[in-house]
Amino acid sequence: MTTLAERLYAIQIKSPERIAVYLQDSRKPDHPITYRQLLRGGYVYARTFLRKEIMPGEVIILILQHSEDLIYSFWGAILMGAIPSIMPFLTEKLSPERYRTDLAALISVTEPAAIVTYPEFEAEVRAALKPGDSVRAVIRTDELAPESEPDIAILPGLIRTPDDVALLQHSSGTTGLQKGVALSHRAIFNQLDAYGQALALNPEDVTVSWLPLYHDMGLIAGFLMPILSGNSLVLNSPFDWVRAPHRLMQAVSQYKGTLSWLPNFAYNFCAQKIRDRYLEGVDLSSWRAVINCSEPVHWESHRIFYERFRSYGLKLEALQTSYAMAENVFGVTQSDLSRPPKVEEIDREMFMSDRKACPPIDGHPILKMMSSGRPLSNTQIRILNEHTKALPNGNVGEIALKSDCMLTGYYHRPDATEKAIIDGWFLTGDYGYISNEEVFVSGRKKDMIIVGGRNVYPQDLESLSYEVPGVHAGRSVAFGVFNPETGTEDVVIVAEVDSANEAEQQKIADKIREQVTKNSAIALRHVKVVDPKWILKTSSGKTARTANKEKFLNELENQKNSKKIPS
Amino acid sequence: MSDSILIVLEQYISSKILKQPDRKINPEEFLISSGMIDSFSLVDLALFVEDTFNVRIEDAELNAQTFNSLNQLAALIESRLEK
Repeated sequence: MTTLAERLYAIQIKSPERIAVYLQDSRKPDHPITYRQLLRGGYVYARTFLRKEIMPGEVIILILQHSEDLIYSFWGAILMGAIPSIMPFLTEKLSPERYRTDLAALISVTEPAAIVTYPEFEAEVRAALKPGDSVRAVIRTDELAPESEPDIAILPGLIRTPDDVALLQHSSGTTGLQKGVALSHRAIFNQLDAYGQALALNPEDVTVSWLPLYHDMGLIAGFLMPILSGNSLVLNSPFDWVRAPHRLMQAVSQYKGTLSWLPNFAYNFCAQKIRDRYLEGVDLSSWRAVINCSEPVHWESHRIFYERFRSYGLKLEALQTSYAMAENVFGVTQSDLSRPPKVEEIDREMFMSDRKACPPIDGHPILKMMSSGRPLSNTQIRILNEHTKALPNGNVGEIALKSDCMLTGYYHRPDATEKAIIDGWFLTGDYGYISNEEVFVSGRKKDMIIVGGRNVYPQDLESLSYEVPGVHAGRSVAFGVFNPETGTEDVVIVAEVDSANEAEQQKIADKIREQVTKNSAIALRHVKVVDPKWILKTSSGKTARTANKEKFLNELENQKNSKKIPS
Repeated sequence: MSDSILIVLEQYISSKILKQPDRKINPEEFLISSGMIDSFSLVDLALFVEDTFNVRIEDAELNAQTFNSLNQLAALIESRLEK
């Protein structure tokens, strides 16, 4: 068993001139980085951290945009044996105050020794610090140690052991205390071995990714796996991709990309938003797997993606699925790459009322479920009932997993770790069933909204809406509604207000939209302002989200039917 | 500044993006930095502008510097129409 630093060093010795990363940036030409440069760039950061007296085993938070600095500072932390954790950068949408509050909360739990950021952003980071907290250094990208020939012998990263924590992966909750998933070197390599086996990963593979590195899919599948396997990686940023989705296709064509991971919405987004003019001469025939992961998977999204790009050489069997989570490092299941994922038709009523996946009865409504494939060779799956007892195949229950690549724990959160793991089984909070050894994910236990690959708690959005004057605490409800056109969920907030004045209501609706977006970076699709007593409560006075969602959808449907334009 | 461009843009944004067809948008109101339009809808807006006015929008232009108000966007469209 090895460690991340040892593996990187070993690959660098063997193939120093091999390109590890082609870094893409819409404002510049592509920038190839060899393994030698990767080690060199990382070494500069490692020396900088050592100069600042950061110790092995301490956490370093990286607050950087998609850039060489982000890549080098990550490997610098690894090379010196510190624990890197990448955080999202402040975007123009998010309010700086909220960002600061979240960062301060993160610092109080994670207790990092250092934070790396840009000179322009230093003041913002310092504003989140408190006297006496754990942060001993805010390290700016313009105060690095001079570049020099790497002297590997001085690097403490090479004397870490496989069971040491290698990195922290933060969940993408919007507000409050985030949970940092602590992953050991051993867990990461066990995952890479098992997942690489499921993919039949080979030295010729080229991964093309635009996924953010603060997300498990981006960090593991779209960064660590190709780099630590000695494969090439073409790395674009989410910021560029969302404005120019055709860059993904052009990169696959140019670099003969073989592997990519996308959240479900991205299939719809690419299929609908790319102009023909950007696809001239594009050849997608090298793509052997485009893996749908991190949002519920929909066969319809695969269909429209295939229809759009088949004439550019896209193979049908390239469209694949996986079920993954940071707590298992990344992959839990993977579909069989030799054929398209299985799509099963089940009886809708049996599914809804009896929580069973049964073959449809003639003439009855059906649900089309797409498989996420089989568990990885190192991962066992069970479906549990509400008393954590295993259910037979075909029954819908909570998915639990056990593997040799599970999290060490939620960092500094033994309470949360204890809650999530029972008798060695990690409870995922997702619902699903098993059919013919394949896992079908059907929903989730909590009211979590998944929008564009991000997990959002409705409670967080509701709390934000209460801060708007005119909205009272407990009198708004947030939920997600799947939108087949976009392939992801639309976020809806319904809020009760006292004023019956239309102009006043409009103003409050605008304020809610602004308040929620600025503080969560989640855009609301519908904001519905209603009269008091609209929101349905449970007998214990809690907001019943599912019931309110149904009420909202019914009203929307009625409005459409009566030819009135929905509000 | 052509009012007709503003009206077309306003109607598209209020009905298709905000789903509030009666919503009035002030021509100086911030669209992106206010959170009214997210990055996904921004691409839709650019595609709509290209198709409706027969002008070309580059992806590098999809940001708050060029796209943040109806007036800014209308000015961008007008400058391309003249060419």
